[in-house]
Amino acid sequence: MENRTAAVSLRNISKSFGPVLANDRVWLDIYRGEILALLGENGSGKTTLMNMLSGIYFPDEGQIFIDGNPVVIRSPKDAYQHGIGMIHQHFKLVDVLTAAENITLGLKEPGRFDLRAVANKVKKIADTFGFDVDPNQRIYDMSVSQKQSVEIIKVLYRGADILILDEPTAVLTPQETDRLFAVLRNMRDEGKAIVIITHKMHEVLELSDRVAILRHGQFIGDMLTKDTNAQEMTNMMVGHAVNLNIARPEPKNPKPRIEVSHLSIKDMEGVTKIDDVSFTANSGEILGIAGISNNGQKELLDAIAGLQKVTNGSISYIEEDGTRTELVGMDPLKIAELGVALSFVPEDRLGMGLVGNMDLSDNMMLRSYRRGHSALTDRKAPRRLAETVVRDLDVSTPSLETPVRKLSGGNIQKVLVGREISTAPTVLLTAYAVRGLDINSSYTIYNLINQQKENGVAVVYVGEDLDVLLELADRILVLCGGRVSGILDGRKTNKREVGLLMTQLGGDGTNAG
Amino acid sequence: MQGKENHVPLFHITKRTDVPWYKVWIIRGIAILLALLACALVCGTATGINPLEVYASIFQGAFGSVRKTWVTLQNTAILLCIALALTPAFKMHFWNIGGEGQVLIGALASAACMIYFGAGLPNWLLILVTALCAIAAGAFWGFIPALFKARFNTNETLFTLMMNYVATQLVAYFVIVWEVPKGSGKVGIINQATEAGWLPQIAGQKYLLNILVVAALTIFIFIYLKYSKHGYEIAVVGESERTAEYIGISVRRVIVRTMLLSGALCGITGFLLVSGTDHTITTTLAAGRGFTGVMVSWLSKFNPLWMILTSLFLVFFDRGASEISTQFALNQSFSDIITGIILFFIIGSEFFVSYRIQFRHKEPAAAEAKGKEDEHV
Repeated sequence: MENRTAAVSLRNISKSFGPVLANDRVWLDIYRGEILALLGENGSGKTTLMNMLSGIYFPDEGQIFIDGNPVVIRSPKDAYQHGIGMIHQHFKLVDVLTAAENITLGLKEPGRFDLRAVANKVKKIADTFGFDVDPNQRIYDMSVSQKQSVEIIKVLYRGADILILDEPTAVLTPQETDRLFAVLRNMRDEGKAIVIITHKMHEVLELSDRVAILRHGQFIGDMLTKDTNAQEMTNMMVGHAVNLNIARPEPKNPKPRIEVSHLSIKDMEGVTKIDDVSFTANSGEILGIAGISNNGQKELLDAIAGLQKVTNGSISYIEEDGTRTELVGMDPLKIAELGVALSFVPEDRLGMGLVGNMDLSDNMMLRSYRRGHSALTDRKAPRRLAETVVRDLDVSTPSLETPVRKLSGGNIQKVLVGREISTAPTVLLTAYAVRGLDINSSYTIYNLINQQKENGVAVVYVGEDLDVLLELADRILVLCGGRVSGILDGRKTNKREVGLLMTQLGGDGTNAG
Repeated sequence: MQGKENHVPLFHITKRTDVPWYKVWIIRGIAILLALLACALVCGTATGINPLEVYASIFQGAFGSVRKTWVTLQNTAILLCIALALTPAFKMHFWNIGGEGQVLIGALASAACMIYFGAGLPNWLLILVTALCAIAAGAFWGFIPALFKARFNTNETLFTLMMNYVATQLVAYFVIVWEVPKGSGKVGIINQATEAGWLPQIAGQKYLLNILVVAALTIFIFIYLKYSKHGYEIAVVGESERTAEYIGISVRRVIVRTMLLSGALCGITGFLLVSGTDHTITTTLAAGRGFTGVMVSWLSKFNPLWMILTSLFLVFFDRGASEISTQFALNQSFSDIITGIILFFIIGSEFFVSYRIQFRHKEPAAAEAKGKEDEHV
């Protein structure tokens, strides 16, 4: 196609897991001095493909070429020898060691072990590309973005010049994302080949030079980023035209439903997680919660759902007729028994909301199995519910007897959200409801949430994608260090304002509406 | 793409999914055949005895006569009962390896009832009291580690293991207290003259009642685990305590309740051994079956119906062992070697059930897989 030599060429790569063909004769070229965005829906085979490049899987068929030479990559070590390094979504760092120690960990360098030399080399790499990392700082003192920098430097230190990043911006603030992009551009200009996997269209447009699109394990096409747009890329990913606007109906007759006042939470070590937080969530309204990860979002939702011990303050549930019920101190079961419906989609879908090894019907039973006086469980109702959820939310599953862990992320999320809204809640708490989901599934979830809002449910939506929060939420509460740094009108504010509040406390703090 | 052949490793391993059931059984069948072949090889080279004769002798030992068959079934029932007792705890991911102690303590309670109430109570009442005491004692032995686990998150594996030694020592002490005649170090047959507290024989068969009781328990545990609300809670707690808390299951209560059940069933086993068959008590009454039961439960993947076959299999070889040791003057260890080889092949075959090894020249199965739709959409 072009007359330069590709750093990596994948030719006819296929990989199947049992009957599932994850990659089907994929052709892909990766060039030096270029940032390639690899796009595709959940389950389209992006990560599988990159895992074969980094030595985690071995292809069933096909051949990988590095600089035109056929190679065999059987282990991550082989991958390093060919200069390929992958930065995974989950960091693999030892908390109590310094950056330099983590970077040199597991490396067998000839000669005497010299940590100072390692630190100098790390410093040099950091300066070259513009990383904000002190080689002698310990990991537990670092921010998420610094940890990510350590992971990237670790790969560079091992001599990688072909870098693969799997959803690197999922955990970053907008400002941190900008800094990461600057670093990636520096690396590109140095002649490195960079592949980035992401679901966020605006990042693709902003950062990449070329995009390659996979659908159902097949290579659909690649093109220069400057010649395409978000709509075209989405259509190629999904296979048909998709509407990219998120609806935001006006709230109808909003009434206070949950009132949180002066809430403080300390964790087991006595560290303050939530500090004097007050706000109201109204019925028929979506209250967005913005903030960098681990700034109290999880504790706040857990507290409302009765899963987190509260140090101070109160959470009131207000019924239609104005009756108030104090939720602090109640356990989740009692909250449900009192008729206070809290539908909680936990941050960690499989770790908490669902049981991975159980099938769909059994997971539907989690909420309802206690019903009836019989000692035996009623299996028919959950099965019917599972059928309804699968049909209404278009869950793609081989059968109702499939363990949910075998489903893709988007389908797992649909199962969980489907079960939660089937209880006809009056309050819907969701955390990172679309984390890791592709465009299509994300929009299904946004629609479901909007439906709940129109049914008069008070929705609390903890999100990480500011673009979505700004389009979806009626009001946005920004958390910073466990404090409310501002509550903004979702229709009037902008990304910059929210981003700034995420990193510093706003002027007049809590102007709760 | 020249020289491709040189760049593919000799073999690599891929995961199978959705293997049809008959293929699974073909793989397991091949494993058993290979195991018998390996056994024959070891047998032939190490002892010079015709392996077929050894196999025949093992079968003779287990099913050679009506009496031997009954003993095999009785031993199977007892092993099965212990495996059933341990299974609810295992499903909860509570590693109860205290079956030995829970059985012994149940047996001790049975013996105590028979000795102290043997003269005073009518027989039906005595048996009832004995059974209840054995159940309570076993449940108590399961309750203690459960309580500590629920309250202080202690390690249940160590705790239940240690409780075994406490139970053994308690039995050792009472054996001396109750020994008949004095100085013999044995309790002897309890109530030999009156047969008070002995379980009745059905149709003249000493072991039939035990076997029926265990059969009923098997069905009960199967239904309990698979269809009851308790069973569902056990599964949720075992898979994810966080999920259990999230939907409002009290993890502590489930742990304690399940271990009460687990201990109680072990107590019943002790009762069946003392009142049903042995009519005496020794420190070696459980004979390691508290641990063998762990193996039975795991090998059967916690399915009570599979446990019937698994425990029969293990007892079959154990019974066969004594036979070949007398017939060929081989010692007991030789049968252990055979059991070991067979287990090795059977457990090893599970790898081939889950994974496929693809060799360099073999045509990849991608074409056949293409027909099925992508489930990860």
